[in-house]
Amino acid sequence: MDPFVKHAGTALPLDRVNVDTDQIIPKQFLKRVERTGFGEFLFFDWRYLDSGQPNPEFELNRPGYAGASILIAGRNFGCGSSREHAPWALLDYGFRALIAPSFADIFFNNCFQNGILPVILHESEVAELLARAKAQPGYRLGVDLDRCVVEDEQGFSATFAVDPFRRHCLLHGLDDIGLTLQREEKIRAYEQVVSSR
Amino acid sequence: MFERIWEAHLVDEEPGQPALLYIDLHLVHEVTSAQAFDGLRLAGRPVRRPDLTLAVMDHNVPTWAGRLPITDTIALKQIQVLARNCEEFGITLYDLHSPRQGIVHVIGPDLGRTQPGLTIVCGDSHTSTHGAFGALAFGIGTSEVEHVLATQCLLQRRPRTMEIRVDGQLPYGVAAKDVILAIIGKIGTDGATGYVVEYTGEAIRSLSMEGRMTVCNMSIEAGARAGMVAPDAKTFAYLEGRPHAPQGRDFERAVAGWERLATDAGAAYDRLVELDASALAPQVTWGTNPGMVVPVTGRVPDPAAMPTEADRRAAERALEYMGLTPGTAIQDVRIDRVFIGSCTNGRLEDLRAAAAVMRGRQVHPSVRALVVPGSQEVKRRAEAEGLDTVFREAGAEWREAGCSMCLGMNPDILQPGERCASTSNRNFEGRQGKGGRTHLVSPSMAAAAATAGHFVDVRRITDD
Repeated sequence: MDPFVKHAGTALPLDRVNVDTDQIIPKQFLKRVERTGFGEFLFFDWRYLDSGQPNPEFELNRPGYAGASILIAGRNFGCGSSREHAPWALLDYGFRALIAPSFADIFFNNCFQNGILPVILHESEVAELLARAKAQPGYRLGVDLDRCVVEDEQGFSATFAVDPFRRHCLLHGLDDIGLTLQREEKIRAYEQVVSSR
Repeated sequence: MFERIWEAHLVDEEPGQPALLYIDLHLVHEVTSAQAFDGLRLAGRPVRRPDLTLAVMDHNVPTWAGRLPITDTIALKQIQVLARNCEEFGITLYDLHSPRQGIVHVIGPDLGRTQPGLTIVCGDSHTSTHGAFGALAFGIGTSEVEHVLATQCLLQRRPRTMEIRVDGQLPYGVAAKDVILAIIGKIGTDGATGYVVEYTGEAIRSLSMEGRMTVCNMSIEAGARAGMVAPDAKTFAYLEGRPHAPQGRDFERAVAGWERLATDAGAAYDRLVELDASALAPQVTWGTNPGMVVPVTGRVPDPAAMPTEADRRAAERALEYMGLTPGTAIQDVRIDRVFIGSCTNGRLEDLRAAAAVMRGRQVHPSVRALVVPGSQEVKRRAEAEGLDTVFREAGAEWREAGCSMCLGMNPDILQPGERCASTSNRNFEGRQGKGGRTHLVSPSMAAAAATAGHFVDVRRITDD
């Protein structure tokens, strides 16, 4: 997993609540057995018309937002399925940070496992960022995990809270499995106690 | 109950860090496991406890009679990859030839692998189903699947707890599905985010195990990490004699342990939600998430009446997608398709409820109805009772077991614009097929809609 220390990039305003994982990556694209290659199917049903042409109404297809790497969305982003294909698709497209007032639980965990930083900001701060990103296509944001700050070059600055363990793992690109395997003795001890019951 | 299970599974806990929790049962299916096995291979790691791991093919398998060969080459590859991975890592697999094949959340209980007090995970959000037995069960992503395969443990922050107490008696014609839809309608699709929910109260206790599974199954649709019901005599009776449940004297000993799990009166929760079962009517969703729901006697709501601007826009979008006009009576909404099945409502009792409505009636000529049992075991038992004949004589299709049209990964999908009364768990845009319009209902409501061609109040149909 790539470490995440800080990231600056174009912000995409996706001003919708309850964006579910079926929208992030529709199920017809879940049959791949790799972790990569999902980016072209990201938001597929919203992003493309039935003809296969890009839907000009969809935020990601509007001028100035192509290549966005920070996504700003409404509350409960990522609700629904546990499919890790959702963060894989976001990452493969190029998103490194997501900002919303709240995220669904499993999706939130899945992001950390893939080097994507999901940032929870207050509803009013997200509304302000959405307004700025909508008003200025190509609007750029910076997300700094070391300082736990989201800021732009126009005076916006907000701090965020993040689980200290998850922050540590992201900052250093650490793999959970490797860390847990270092506790092998404790796992074995637990198994011995249970089997002797 | 949650605390007892949590404490009993703590392998390690250090200040400021997530707990290391031991996992008793890991369920695996074809869609969310391939990349996890790949990760193990790359790192040269074995599966730590193949004996605590169980795999099944369910998500993208065809459900038509005979079902082979699988013509979708990408789905076929996923299925073949699972078979190869199970062989390589020594994991028991219930494949398409197994008489025990079925939806992962149906076969766990079918087999008696799902038991009170266990920690159960699966790369599927509806793993919360198993909480109906008083297990701590939740969905995980593929990276966590790999973590559990390699270590049999999971890193978890202790969630908060919520009690959802449903008091009173469920009225005639109101099912477990209506209870959980009403709960989600009340607290919203993120109302329980960050919580483990324990369902309590007279109405929950009165539910069968199948009904409790339906309620726990959809906990995730309210955002909950897991849903649980304390085990009781019904739980033990359900498990007794199942192939992987403890047998004989061992069973008695196990029951004694399970009885101690039940929640103390006056247990403390971080939040309480209360619902009066006696006031509930059958529910029908009108929008594109399970919280967009009204009683069958109600009307499609007006977005202008929504509490916030974001909700108003979401409702407008949903109505546009669903092709519905505010103020339309739910019972005037005509349907094209009916799907009875899924991990929410694909068990024997669900099929019985649907068959009770369809018996002696005909599926409306403009409706195509699909009945997909949750497992081959459920299918056999339903056939032994003649339920398949009831469905066939009514004009519905009777299929092999699988997830089928709940998520449309197999060939069973809606066409754009088609409207479906579905016993599944999600009415998201495109869930059952691009442009498909899903209304979530109970099995008897789905069967009633199938015969009428539009939504009807099942309480009136079965009164005749």
